[in-house]
Amino acid sequence: MGRIRKKKSGGTPELSTASLPDIVFMLLFFFMVTTTMREVDLKISLKKPRATEIQKLERKDLVAYIYVGTPKNAATYGTEPRVQLDDQLATTQDIGGFVVVKREEINEKERPLMTVSIKSDIKVRMGLIGDIKQELRKAQALKINYSTNPTTSEELFKVY
Amino acid sequence: MADIAFLLLIFFLVTTTMDVDKGLNRKLPPWDDNPIKETSTIKEKNVFVVLVNGQDQLLVEDEYMDVRDLRQAAKEFIDNNGDGSCDVCKGSRSPESSDNPAKAIISLQNDRGTSYETYIKVQNELVAAYNDLRDELAQSQFGKPFDLLGEDAKKFVQDKYPQIISEAEPVSLGGR
Repeated sequence: MGRIRKKKSGGTPELSTASLPDIVFMLLFFFMVTTTMREVDLKISLKKPRATEIQKLERKDLVAYIYVGTPKNAATYGTEPRVQLDDQLATTQDIGGFVVVKREEINEKERPLMTVSIKSDIKVRMGLIGDIKQELRKAQALKINYSTNPTTSEELFKVY
Repeated sequence: MADIAFLLLIFFLVTTTMDVDKGLNRKLPPWDDNPIKETSTIKEKNVFVVLVNGQDQLLVEDEYMDVRDLRQAAKEFIDNNGDGSCDVCKGSRSPESSDNPAKAIISLQNDRGTSYETYIKVQNELVAAYNDLRDELAQSQFGKPFDLLGEDAKKFVQDKYPQIISEAEPVSLGGR
């Protein structure tokens, strides 16, 4: 007993930081693997709807994104919901050209697998979404995906 | 060493996002410049009409309905099996409802003023009705949920319950 007490009285030893780089590197790799690069700078506010019957988009390189929502900068762009393609606000007429450009970027063999993901705010009216869908049909981009957040069926109908 | 790693770590934290892309997959019908008016006759009882108005209210088969009840109503309609040709259906075989799942068509039309949130909810419930039926069949036939079935079994179940959701172009009925 006495001997143990004697050892402790020597003050707490310095914490070894030799393993610190290892830990940080581990965290770094974790984030590198689990996250993706931010694709675009969102110019619209976006609150995605929730759904239960969702499927994962498998191949990110085959996906083109269309963002829909009210512009963040209301002073310049107004408060009406707008479409954002890449980094710019656009109109529905621009979607055809956008799809063609995106399709060109994809390897010829895989072009039929291209998916257009519509990321729209919950407050957008279906008139605008309907117009987008018409443009996509004209551009022969028929595989679409309505981007949603996962939820459970109990949560789905809850009103906040 | 640790400093450099920290720097990299912070860089990745700032420039990347966690969100995974998930959503409802749908297929659009091809564009037709001069659509031919459909002449083939589809019996009215084989069509399950879902209308959504600009106030996000649902009219299902000429009756007001809450979104919560849509899944059950759609399931009963698809699984009805009026002509008895579907050997796996457990429906009530009412003569007023669909003949069999292959003939049952769900027709969805929304107003230009319908909110996207409601639209997704309705879509979700309709897809869920099909997924529920497929899951039930997969459980009873193969003892596994639909997602875990092999290719052939999946195809068998899909053939029994083909997903037929037809969407009309949105109309503008009231305001907004």
